[in-house]
Amino acid sequence: MPAKAVLSGVHFMNGDEAIAEGALAAGCRFFAAYPITPQSEIAERLAARLPRIGGTFVQMEDELAAMAAVVGASWGGEKAMTATSGPGFSLMMENLGLAVMTETPCVLANVQRAGPSTGLPTAVGQGDMMQARWGSHGHYELIALCPYSPQEAFDLTVRAFALAERFRTPVLIMTDEVVGHMYEKVEIPEEVSEASRRRPQGPPDEFLPFKPDEDLVPPMACTGDGYRIHVTGLTHDERGYPDMSADAQDRLVRRLCDKVRLYPDEYTLWEEHSLEDAEVAIISYGISARVALRAVELARRKGHKVGLLRLVTAWPFPDELVRRVADNVKGLVTVELNLGQISREVERAVRGKVPQVGVYHPGGRIHRPEEVLAGIEEVI
Amino acid sequence: MPVKEQRQAPPPEITQGRHPMEKYLRMDRIPHIWCAGCGLGTTLASFLYAVDDMGLDPDSLAVISGIGCTGRVAGYVRMDSYHTTHGRPIAFATGLKLAKPYTKAVVFSGDGDLFAIGGNHFIHAARRNLDMNVICVNNLNYGMTGGQVGPTTPLGGRCTTSPYGNFEHPFNLVYVAASAGAAYVARWTSLDVRRLQKAIQEMLSRKGFSFLEVIAPCPTNYGRRNKLGSGLDELRHYADHAVIKHGADLSETDIIPGQDFLVGKFVDSEKPTFWEMYQDKVAELEKRSSR
Amino acid sequence: MKSQQTKDTKRWKVPKGYICVQDDLCKGCGFCIDFCPRDVLASAQHFNVKGYHPPELVDPEDCIMCRFCELVCPDFAIWTEQPEGEDEHEEEDD
Repeated sequence: MPAKAVLSGVHFMNGDEAIAEGALAAGCRFFAAYPITPQSEIAERLAARLPRIGGTFVQMEDELAAMAAVVGASWGGEKAMTATSGPGFSLMMENLGLAVMTETPCVLANVQRAGPSTGLPTAVGQGDMMQARWGSHGHYELIALCPYSPQEAFDLTVRAFALAERFRTPVLIMTDEVVGHMYEKVEIPEEVSEASRRRPQGPPDEFLPFKPDEDLVPPMACTGDGYRIHVTGLTHDERGYPDMSADAQDRLVRRLCDKVRLYPDEYTLWEEHSLEDAEVAIISYGISARVALRAVELARRKGHKVGLLRLVTAWPFPDELVRRVADNVKGLVTVELNLGQISREVERAVRGKVPQVGVYHPGGRIHRPEEVLAGIEEVI
Repeated sequence: MPVKEQRQAPPPEITQGRHPMEKYLRMDRIPHIWCAGCGLGTTLASFLYAVDDMGLDPDSLAVISGIGCTGRVAGYVRMDSYHTTHGRPIAFATGLKLAKPYTKAVVFSGDGDLFAIGGNHFIHAARRNLDMNVICVNNLNYGMTGGQVGPTTPLGGRCTTSPYGNFEHPFNLVYVAASAGAAYVARWTSLDVRRLQKAIQEMLSRKGFSFLEVIAPCPTNYGRRNKLGSGLDELRHYADHAVIKHGADLSETDIIPGQDFLVGKFVDSEKPTFWEMYQDKVAELEKRSSR
Repeated sequence: MKSQQTKDTKRWKVPKGYICVQDDLCKGCGFCIDFCPRDVLASAQHFNVKGYHPPELVDPEDCIMCRFCELVCPDFAIWTEQPEGEDEHEEEDD
């Protein structure tokens, strides 16, 4: 395995491997995970690559430990990541919440498989989208990106680390088994600019570890930086001290949410295909969006004016974007490998102004283009 | 307590002198929340005196604790300190330690946090011989949440969730730690302040996974429900039944109510830590690729 | 009005130095009093701000500066001070 972190050049690799390379290129030097199909290739590649570039790979005893170790490593000053699939994702929820509450930058890739429960371990699914949004307890925000190709898996992993450092929040890569195991060309640039968290300036004794700057994000002092801060999952004040008052809860939780919600332009990513004259818009993400692209072709051949809005950022959900697209069409078709999750967000955003048809499948295989076409013809 | 006639104290001087360990404490949060007579404050003091005696730079330490009464330790020390989730301080410390290999990681947590919900992380960190120091304040029940039965509650122990007396066989923590691979294992009561200090200094001076169990009174819950009297009585009860036997056979170190139990240093061995072996592997790779 | 918690420290002279007590940090657990090998401490009559009886030094001349009270106290309410330069093992200064 090469000893270079940024593996510049053109490669033929699958989505999992691309996520691993994206992490290394972004400066990730700590990866803790537990084996689970279909995430294995991420861990296996990083197990081989990290020791050669001064990084740490550790396979933990379970996903609870993996997520906790990632939060710990981030406070140790590293860019840290874990990767898993449905069952592990469920075990990571509590410590994902710890990362949110303590404003810890980290990245979590979920290569979704068909659930619930053990489900179809080797087969595709997209049923964790709501869990990605609300899986941990309490009210919070986080950012979730959905790649639909190995190239995008690389690019979005790099982006995820930048966003995690910028917003001091966990960022999820919500991909799926097919993208994870699909081999395509991946171009890795010569250099990747490495974003890093804002560090405190002034002297330690005046530093308030959870007093935010104007963008509502506090500078982050890590272990050994000399600031001797206290970090707790308890509701805390600007000094980081536990504060059990409802006021402290109100101030803290609103800030944690606002710091993300108020800057959508920095993370809302999407693609539009043939929407200029479209009367029906398909809304999809991940592997389902690739099937939708084929369906657009089939529909166009039959004279239907159809386009695709591909969501790259699932969370925070881009309400305005979806509303804008909905205003210009007569109907929406949402395509996803569950029985209606993102479609509920579309429904909420569009408020019934335009009819929506869901083309759902609970996973185990990707949609057939004809199934999407049928959905289109239902709403035209 | 025999009632002594009230002896008169000479009038004291009034000064603004401060406790010598103040420099390690977040004094704006003291007095702490632990109950009168609980063993936690004493254990924390022993830790601070050990750090002070060694002249360690507080910036070279990180204190990581889980959830529970002991979990609050992190909030009182003026060091990088992390109050993590229930059962996960060791896993958190694994990441922190591997990211900052030269920071001394001290995991301070309770019997429930480390051996019930956190048991899996404990045995694996011990197995890997990760370089961290685990101090378990064992008060034989879940104190913070009101006195539930825990993994170390002795047979017959009355708790809110073992109202008719606990019938589950408890863990012997030093035995678990040793068999999982911990390179240093010791047990003391919270009255053995000088031995605690010495044990903590030994742990902080060595590499590898070190475990210290501190038997501590819990007057509000376990002591009260099991008629062990006040915190003072309960502490004296444990101290009276503690018999020092360094290097004892761990199968003899169970804690059985009403009987003596063994304290001391049971394991003190050397073996390479996870990080050292990782660095050796990296060096091996570099040598191989440079050929 | 709840009496204000004071940061004043009471200090008693003992043969080898001083014993200091911050009344308002004490929770009346009795560890220092009970485990003092020379029985020099006793529970005070007065209450501290939380309603506990803090310790006070009733037999200063018996104190041998073993510092056990300081080390066993769970609340950092009692500690010892030794004049600069005087090592614990130097013979008694009377």
